[in-house]
Amino acid sequence: MTGKTLLSVQNLTMRFGGLTAIDNLSLNVPDQAITGIIGPNGAGKTTFFNCLTGFYKPTEGAVTLNHPTKGPIRLADLPSHKVAQAAQVVRTFQNIRLFAQMTVLENLVVAQHNALQKASMFSIAGLLRLPGYRKAAGEAVERALSWLKRLNLMDIVNVPAGALPYGTQRRVEIARALCVNPLLLCLDEPAAGLNPKESAELNTLLLHLVREEGVSILLIEHDMSVVMNVSDHICVLNYGRKIAEGTPAEIRVDPNVIKAYLGEDEDDQPVEKAS
Amino acid sequence: MTAIVHAHHTPTLSERLKDASAAAFIALILGIPMIGMTTVDQGGFLAVMTRWPQLALFVGLTFAGRILFSLALETIKRRSQGRKSGKSAASAAEAANAALKRGTKPESVIGWLAVGIAVALPIFFSEDRYIIDIATSVLIYIMLGWGLNVVVGLAGLLDLGYVAFYAVGAYTYALLSTQFGWGFWEALPVAGGLAALFGVLLGWPTLRLRGDYLAIVTLGFGEIIRLLLVNWTELSGGPNGITSIPRPSVFGYAFLPPDTEGSIADLLGIEFSPMHRLLFLYYLILLLALLTNLFVTAMRRLPLGRAWEAVREDEIACKAMGINVTTVKLSAFAIGAMLGGFAGVFFAARQGFISPESFTFSESAIILAIVVLGGMGSQLGVVLAALVLVMLPELGRDFAEYRMLLFGFAMIVIMVWRPGGILANRTPTLIHVPTGDKA
Repeated sequence: MTGKTLLSVQNLTMRFGGLTAIDNLSLNVPDQAITGIIGPNGAGKTTFFNCLTGFYKPTEGAVTLNHPTKGPIRLADLPSHKVAQAAQVVRTFQNIRLFAQMTVLENLVVAQHNALQKASMFSIAGLLRLPGYRKAAGEAVERALSWLKRLNLMDIVNVPAGALPYGTQRRVEIARALCVNPLLLCLDEPAAGLNPKESAELNTLLLHLVREEGVSILLIEHDMSVVMNVSDHICVLNYGRKIAEGTPAEIRVDPNVIKAYLGEDEDDQPVEKAS
Repeated sequence: MTAIVHAHHTPTLSERLKDASAAAFIALILGIPMIGMTTVDQGGFLAVMTRWPQLALFVGLTFAGRILFSLALETIKRRSQGRKSGKSAASAAEAANAALKRGTKPESVIGWLAVGIAVALPIFFSEDRYIIDIATSVLIYIMLGWGLNVVVGLAGLLDLGYVAFYAVGAYTYALLSTQFGWGFWEALPVAGGLAALFGVLLGWPTLRLRGDYLAIVTLGFGEIIRLLLVNWTELSGGPNGITSIPRPSVFGYAFLPPDTEGSIADLLGIEFSPMHRLLFLYYLILLLALLTNLFVTAMRRLPLGRAWEAVREDEIACKAMGINVTTVKLSAFAIGAMLGGFAGVFFAARQGFISPESFTFSESAIILAIVVLGGMGSQLGVVLAALVLVMLPELGRDFAEYRMLLFGFAMIVIMVWRPGGILANRTPTLIHVPTGDKA
């Protein structure tokens, strides 16, 4: 943790007709740390992600990313592809969204589209196979392979992503997001469908990303063995409102949280609908 | 270190036999009208004679030749790979580029075989106008299929109005040549560009639509263009169309009778034959179609081509990866339309006469059927489907009223037998093969 704030959310409200999915949420996401977002089903966690990443336009409030080189960027003003491209805020999805027919390697190369498209000079240099493009294409493959190596996915490089088991698809989706070169990585239930061993590996990976690669992580997760072990900071939502915030130790003993969330059956594996 | 090369394994005997059977099957399809049937002059009238023994010999030779060819290829490949792996210092970037190049796979071997047959075809049938005409039509549909494949097969945008761009290309050439005296080669890029512009024009309002909704709007667009051509008489000549469109020339020399100015027969000092022009047109569309194929195959391996496929797979994920879905979709519409426009220019130059009747919805439907039945995104599948769909009605000419029945039956057979199209498997654009560390 650097002590700086990477993302600041001020009075964020998202209404769908009469339903208030997020109600006046303010939150500071620290730089180079893991921030956990937890809450019961329908608490507004995925809606919060959709507001951050340009998929929803918030009804009220502001989301500002303090970019180390570009200065503050107001995310709510950007279309979703610009959030990933310019602000380097990249997300994964609760219901995995890989390019199913394309191979794992292709998935990871597509994630580097903007840099490659520029290198190919809108396909002209690519069609002529100019050395500049060929170098960039080679580097893109190398970068994809290096992430696959770190995530232990080298044996499935050429497999169509849709043919992989669920847990592996989750890891491929994280690898693909990393290829976009994120400052802030927003993971929507990355441990869903993973077995305990895979969850433990995910913990190691997330900690490695923050400590060694300087990525900041925003984590929605129901698996307490993941959230409580890796988060530096946790924010608890219920009915779109923030009901508690603090370190994992503080959250464990918070009476509001116990009442709203942890008091319920922990072994339950809830399948959350997009709220 | 690792290297990127195309996947390679030694095929088993059954794979070889399967591969050779596929080649023989194509030879059979091509051979039935070309070798299996011939017309003979029987004292004043023409009779159709069958030559099944010759056809059987042709198919058999193809089968044997294919096996020998694949064995020879195998040996060459093994040798060159042995040489390559010796250079352990090859950088990863270089190796990745090897993957971007076209790999040698059974499909591409069949492809080369088909190109060979197409190039050699006029040598055997230089006097048979009917066959050259059919082959030219097949090639036009193959080119249109390859163009539409960009929009439907790669980008996954269901376009039912593709014939509109074909019409834009045809009318652009017809007007430029008859009104302003432009030649074929000058008009070609302009017509392609104009068709691409219409592609963007159609693409822009339909960006938010997908699947069925997009299909309805594109269908409407196709009809708008056709109705415009019917009703805007001052521009398009209305239902009468545009006549006496100049034929393409070779560096200013035309296919004209001898002793006419600019006659190519005089220039080359050969005897004039009206077949020369048909053969030239055949080779011209073959060239245009092959260029289209090269272009689309190359695009597929470039970032933009991969983005087309990614948009087909998951638009939302594309946005989350920072891909501007708008430009990706519009580029697919524009490039698909441009290729359709090129085909339209050729069509106008070949027919010498065009009218809105050539650009009805049923044309769009046939082109779409070629792409879907061939296997979405498969270049070779388009060729096979075009052969089947264009030649079936021709074969059925003898029992005219059952032609469409035969056509429909063939479509049902393909859909039951191969629901994903004749060639449904997708070829990856990148393959990574790990190589052991070398000292």
